[in-house]
Amino acid sequence: MKKQKPQTLGTHKSVSYAKWGYIFIIPFFVVYLVFTLAPQFLTIYNSFFENYRSGLKQIGPNFVGLENYKALFSADPSGTVRILKYAANTLILWVAGAVPQFVIALLLAIFFTSYRLNIKGQGFFKTVIYMPNLIMAAAFSMLFYTLFSRVGPIQALLEQWGVIDASFDFFSNRITVRSMIATMNFLMWFGNTTIVLMAGIMGIDQALFESATLDGANSVQVFFRVTMPLLMPIFVYCLITAMIGGIQMFDVPQVLTNGKGAPNEMSRTLVMYLNGYLTNKNYGMAGAISVIIFIITGILSAIVYKMLTKQYKEPQAQHRQRKGKVL
Amino acid sequence: MKSISDNTRGRIKLTVLRIIVYAILIFLCLLCLFFFYLMVINATRSNAQLATGFTLLPKENFFKNLVNAWNDSSINIPRGMLNSLIIALSSAVLTTYFSALTAYGIHAYDFKGKRMVFTFIIAVMMIPAQVSALGFVQMMNKFHLTNSYIPLIIPSVAAPVVFFYMKQYMESVLPLDVIDAARVDGSGEFRTFNTIVLPMIKPAIAVQMIFSFVSSWNNYFVPALLLDKAEMKTVPIMIAQLRSADYSKFDMGKVYMFILLAILPVLVTYILLSKSIIKGVTAGSVKG
Repeated sequence: MKKQKPQTLGTHKSVSYAKWGYIFIIPFFVVYLVFTLAPQFLTIYNSFFENYRSGLKQIGPNFVGLENYKALFSADPSGTVRILKYAANTLILWVAGAVPQFVIALLLAIFFTSYRLNIKGQGFFKTVIYMPNLIMAAAFSMLFYTLFSRVGPIQALLEQWGVIDASFDFFSNRITVRSMIATMNFLMWFGNTTIVLMAGIMGIDQALFESATLDGANSVQVFFRVTMPLLMPIFVYCLITAMIGGIQMFDVPQVLTNGKGAPNEMSRTLVMYLNGYLTNKNYGMAGAISVIIFIITGILSAIVYKMLTKQYKEPQAQHRQRKGKVL
Repeated sequence: MKSISDNTRGRIKLTVLRIIVYAILIFLCLLCLFFFYLMVINATRSNAQLATGFTLLPKENFFKNLVNAWNDSSINIPRGMLNSLIIALSSAVLTTYFSALTAYGIHAYDFKGKRMVFTFIIAVMMIPAQVSALGFVQMMNKFHLTNSYIPLIIPSVAAPVVFFYMKQYMESVLPLDVIDAARVDGSGEFRTFNTIVLPMIKPAIAVQMIFSFVSSWNNYFVPALLLDKAEMKTVPIMIAQLRSADYSKFDMGKVYMFILLAILPVLVTYILLSKSIIKGVTAGSVKG
């Protein structure tokens, strides 16, 4: 790849353009260092210090070793380990949204790519199902709150139909709150996953489908024996990036429950927990939670990294790219 | 005869299957549109009309609600939209330009440590902003940069995901011969990038600008930690503020209008450019 100018005269040495490579990547790395890497180390550093406000008094920062982590994983007076509870909440909320997201997305991707079905109006369908992905999560959540609130139209409609009675409150019921959050996450992401999986299916050699059909395989067999195995890398990639997105779940439950994770903290996620300590300026505990989330995402990232470097030239879609990219 | 009846049976099966598939698709589309449809309808109704419950038809109070929301004393939505617009536009420009520049630096030049640099960016690509938010907020406090646009704009210079997209795109559309040809013509390296490379990757730039704009416009977590002055707040912070306000005193028509205004710029962009946006979700990579 080395670029050489034609050496017409013996006095000229070949020109190296290497320095331009460095010059062009410098802005990226300087900004990354100052605004992401340094804060990352500072965050980890903070997790070893006691540093919070108690009333008007500022406690710390004092070095306390692993005390913050110990506090994080010890039970409160009621006997619950809060971080585990919030981790479980996050997992439940993510799974409840991701299962329909992936099932439906896979189905739609197969519908859209099937020659036999030959679905018309694909452009329109794709446009509509992708739309919620771009909507501000905070606004979408606020919209859900307004529509489902005690004085909202959904409550009125369901009361009218006699499905619920006037005392019913969508926001004091664990199942309805969690369902609303999962529904929003589902609606926001299934279109995106559909498009990514579709691209994956279209990347598979058509001859394989044809020969399988000629050999007498029915569509179910084709799906399990041909489509799925070949789609697996992209499917797993989607799944893991979706998990990384799921760990970051914040805007929707935060706005829907006004930061309280109601009812009874059953919809409070890990990042809402982190946000609570950040706003209270308890930097020691916030640091420790950040490190825990960092480790989880780090492990998941390692898998993505392996997949990308092994075959990063294969169709890999940018997925969940809008989460966590711009500070 | 048997084969003909098999054939018709197959055709009937296919028709039934098609009907089911279309029904599923239409149902999902209605589900996606339903909540936004209600939002638009409710933004046209007065508080009294809203109190009567559910309706599928618009009323005549759209402009009244718009004026009320626009002039609200506690939630300064025009200012919020202006703040969000400034931040989102600047981020979109910076993120695409510098991601392309970085990708070009790695795509077109050979230098020591290039492989390592590339590996590093891929490795940190998925690490979310939340896990360094604490250090970030502390540093911004120290630099007296809270209630400023700077910490919400400058970091977008380093966006690993956009970089990755640009790199993939360049691999598929940017042959190195073009750069050599430019050199022979006496074009400087930086000029080559600005006048030859950028126009060649225009589709990627456009798509990433839209995605960056949208993600910045919708961003809530970090801005909420940095902006507490009323005149600096961005739209998502105002929406969250709306949620924490005393709800019973609110004019509900105005609330729906606030939500509509919050998503309107993105919605309009999407309606105008949906085709290229959807292509962009996968394009840069699938071409390779």
